[in-house]
Amino acid sequence: MSTIIQHDENPKLMKGNEALAEASFRAGLKAYFGYPITPQSEILEYLTEQAPNHKDVIVLQAESEVASINMVYGAAGAGVRTMTTSSSPGISLMQEGISYIAAAELPCLIVNVQRGGPGLGTIQPSQGDYFQATKGGGHGDYHLIVLAPSSVQEMADFVFDGFRLAEEYRMPAMILSDGALGQMMEKVYLPKSGSLPKQEVEWATTGKPASRERNYITSLHMDPEKMELVNLHLQDKYRKLKQEVRCELINTNDADIILVAFGLTARICNKAMEAARAKGINVGVIRPITLYPFPYEIIASFADPMRMFLTVEMNAGQMVEDVRLAVNGKSSVYFKGRMGGMIPTPEEILLEIEALTEKQRTMSQSAGYL
Amino acid sequence: MSTTMNGTMEIVYEKPKTLTDNPTHYCPGCGHGVIHRVLMEVINEMGIAEQTVGVAPVGCSVFAYNYMNIDMQEAAHGRASAVATGVRRVLPDKFVFSYQGDGDLAAIGTGETIHTINRGENILMVFVNNGIYGMTGGQMAPTSLCGMITSTTPYGRDEHFIGHPLKITEMIAQLPGAYYVARHSVHTPAAVRKLKKAFKASFESQKEKKGTCFIEVVSNCPSGWKMNPLEANEWMEKNMFPYFPPGDIKLPATMK
Repeated sequence: MSTIIQHDENPKLMKGNEALAEASFRAGLKAYFGYPITPQSEILEYLTEQAPNHKDVIVLQAESEVASINMVYGAAGAGVRTMTTSSSPGISLMQEGISYIAAAELPCLIVNVQRGGPGLGTIQPSQGDYFQATKGGGHGDYHLIVLAPSSVQEMADFVFDGFRLAEEYRMPAMILSDGALGQMMEKVYLPKSGSLPKQEVEWATTGKPASRERNYITSLHMDPEKMELVNLHLQDKYRKLKQEVRCELINTNDADIILVAFGLTARICNKAMEAARAKGINVGVIRPITLYPFPYEIIASFADPMRMFLTVEMNAGQMVEDVRLAVNGKSSVYFKGRMGGMIPTPEEILLEIEALTEKQRTMSQSAGYL
Repeated sequence: MSTTMNGTMEIVYEKPKTLTDNPTHYCPGCGHGVIHRVLMEVINEMGIAEQTVGVAPVGCSVFAYNYMNIDMQEAAHGRASAVATGVRRVLPDKFVFSYQGDGDLAAIGTGETIHTINRGENILMVFVNNGIYGMTGGQMAPTSLCGMITSTTPYGRDEHFIGHPLKITEMIAQLPGAYYVARHSVHTPAAVRKLKKAFKASFESQKEKKGTCFIEVVSNCPSGWKMNPLEANEWMEKNMFPYFPPGDIKLPATMK
């Protein structure tokens, strides 16, 4: 299943943050609540600037990220298409609210334009929030739908995918971007307005007519037996969500080494792959687009004792754990990471590839394959 | 009770249909049940039940949505006014109220409280102040009185160590966004009638989008205070009222 998006005929040159903001209007956003933080403030700025052209959309600067996410809870509970955006420290502040939203089964879109951490960290791009985004982030057993764009085009398009998935599955969706994707300018064909249908929201709190029972939005279930049933229901939903897995495969079929990377890092890996192929090394790239649900089966299908995996991330090694789970020991999985706002270069990835090629050659010789 | 011509009993007083049949979990003598009822009576009598969305807090009234037979949302601790902001902004022609206790509204949710009112959100904020965390077992609240013994101030609240009880109602009354601010109670029939009038005036002003209405209800906590209900109400009058005096704190000209 995928979102049907029609695009403008003519491209625009836009920052990732601005493309995402414009796309959110076009996706039928009805309420935005946010708080300034670098490197995502352009989203709030763009939305407030354009708000007079969208009289039916609420754009409100909240007093904190804590307030933002709870305003999102209220608006989502009232049945409207709603979004908040922030960057890593702000997303940490939202975790309690996100847990409540997931538990109360409210659809909404959360955008994390990641920056380097931990702590106040840096405003430079990072992928250090992978665990937080994909494993839940707040308290309790829950997940978000996590989409990882790797271009300004996808910053725009994934707003549509995010809202569609959030509303179909009644759960929060997150676009996990980074400071580079947010700040860089690229050609983008903006999605056209009006193509995203709204789901029925018969559960929403809009005022109880005499004809139905009251609706209430809650995450409180004091009876542990009921609480477990709620959890089983959520887990069932996450299993169904697996049909939404998306992944990009490049030159994987003949690859001796497969690079696994998401978002910005995947683009750099593509460069490294091209350089390696020019040197006669068969390298492919797997780019998970949905980080949750994670493409375990797709990655597993390439697992082979003769093939090596190199996961490249802008963190200390987070997604690599999922890649290891996917291949389940059938392939060796290596990791190359830069942290704290540093972006790996194609050259340093190529060096890793060459070192792995050498390792592969020696292993093959010792195993008598050559 | 009078009897009609055909021998059936005439109904002179009944439960409003805006209350569910669920028995409440509140302790005997607790003010919450009365406050729920007064609020729901007003909504019923004004005929706005179909246009009203309420937001419940975390605290003793966390289950308010089990008793109020209208559309409700249950918010995270302290965040009811932010949630109510989200609701009211996307449903600008509906009636929205939040219902919070002292810990929720005046400790963990102080930021949301101030900024919601500063924006003049067109909601009614109901603030039940009984000077204690009832739900978690009687710990010190931001409004616990000086010297008050709670499970976390076993030797009495020492204001030099932990600060004075917070008069948040007087504080927020200073904000331009606050339209109508009053303090009431529910320990006597006369007090109940005054509170009812205040709730009604608040919903009336919501129609005109005048700003935030904030009604504090000074209430009791017989279990947390370790008193019987009568003693609790007497203690409240004697000790809470001098520090939190009932009455109008900010009255718009139209209500004078």
